[in-house]
Amino acid sequence: MKKITLPLSKEQIKDLHAGDSVLLSGTIYTARDCAHKRLVEVINKSQPLPFEIKNAFIYYAGPCPAKPNFASGSCGPTTSARMDSFAPILLDLGLGGMIGKGEMSEDVTLALKRNCAVYFSAIGGAGALYGNAIKSSVCVAFEDLLSEAVYKLEVENFPLIVATDCYGKSVY
Amino acid sequence: MRIIDTKEIEEKIYNMALHAGVNLTPSCKKALQEAEISENNAAAKFALKTLNQNAEIAKEMQMPVCQDTGMSVVILEIGQNVFLQGKPLKTAVNDAVKRAYADGYFRKSVCDPITRVNTTDNTPPVIHTEIVEGDNVKITYLPKGFGSENMSRLYMLKPAQGVNGIIDAIVETVKIAGSRPCPPVYVGVGIGGSFDTCAFLAKKALTRDVGTFNEREDIAEIEKLALKRINDLNVGCQGFHGNTTAIGVSCEWAYTHIAGLPVAINIQCHCVRCEKEII
Repeated sequence: MKKITLPLSKEQIKDLHAGDSVLLSGTIYTARDCAHKRLVEVINKSQPLPFEIKNAFIYYAGPCPAKPNFASGSCGPTTSARMDSFAPILLDLGLGGMIGKGEMSEDVTLALKRNCAVYFSAIGGAGALYGNAIKSSVCVAFEDLLSEAVYKLEVENFPLIVATDCYGKSVY
Repeated sequence: MRIIDTKEIEEKIYNMALHAGVNLTPSCKKALQEAEISENNAAAKFALKTLNQNAEIAKEMQMPVCQDTGMSVVILEIGQNVFLQGKPLKTAVNDAVKRAYADGYFRKSVCDPITRVNTTDNTPPVIHTEIVEGDNVKITYLPKGFGSENMSRLYMLKPAQGVNGIIDAIVETVKIAGSRPCPPVYVGVGIGGSFDTCAFLAKKALTRDVGTFNEREDIAEIEKLALKRINDLNVGCQGFHGNTTAIGVSCEWAYTHIAGLPVAINIQCHCVRCEKEII
């Protein structure tokens, strides 16, 4: 299985094909429904985003709270389709890609192609396994949203499938 | 008459909720292990293997098996000879859920439907009570994730559509859901009753062990035929294709009106978490 570490160069992204299984390590940011709504509000007001969007990867997830001495609680992916309307906006600003689960819209596929970005599927329901692969977690924005806040995660060997590649080909 | 203190019900539900958040039901675990062996599609097999590893890690680390620790659904079948004393039943159930979600480090996922403000303690749970014969209280606890709940549907079919209509509705629901509800799914189906009871029957169907069939032969036949057609859809585990789209179809029925044939389909993801206890 291919091992990849973020950030990914465009050459590395071009080398990923729908259906490939990979183990991903590096820095990613969680954001789901409410956080996306706020990120887009920030963009519309031309304010700075709470993290550098260029080449960043967003993980559609809302973790369980961490137990004492644990970096993270259970943290599997949530359904990506709910972020369909937000993803193209962020991709056009330079987002490197997303990690979630399930099909996304045609608009998202076009934005991935346009920006040479990639959409990975994590395995939905494997929350304990992903939570255990998170080595650190820091809240960087919207703390009031609790599990829906934006967390900066350092992850090690996340098992993923390339769901939609930069050529627009999908595993679904 | 038997006197039961609601504190006893609270303690039971507290322990059931803690256990359910971390453990799949044995029948679900078995179904996923069998699916990993029988699946031939590479990506789907990889996903099933990851899920089986995940169940072990969850148990070992005492971590929620899925981060969506759900909205709590509590079904209480209360014997008519039972007298409940102590704090109000609803408060006891709420307190059990509140304590379990805090102590288990579970995600709090309940919010106001309009403002979307989180209640921060996963209350209120959904509570169904039923008065039955006897002097026991039977508790069924089901934490329900919403990725799958969102893909559920209710059909008000015409009586003429009959068994074929029922099966078509079940298969169509799973097909439309595609990869979104975290397949392989467990499909709960309510047949008959009225608009409201039909949906509850579908939920109740999800509390039955995976791999079992309805005792009515004609309904068991619907379960088998629907499961076969679902697994021919080629949606597969996580939507990666292959023959593991569902691990089971479970139907419950009730008498209905001469003019109607309600069919409710409640989708459960592959994380079947359900506890049953009798006091």
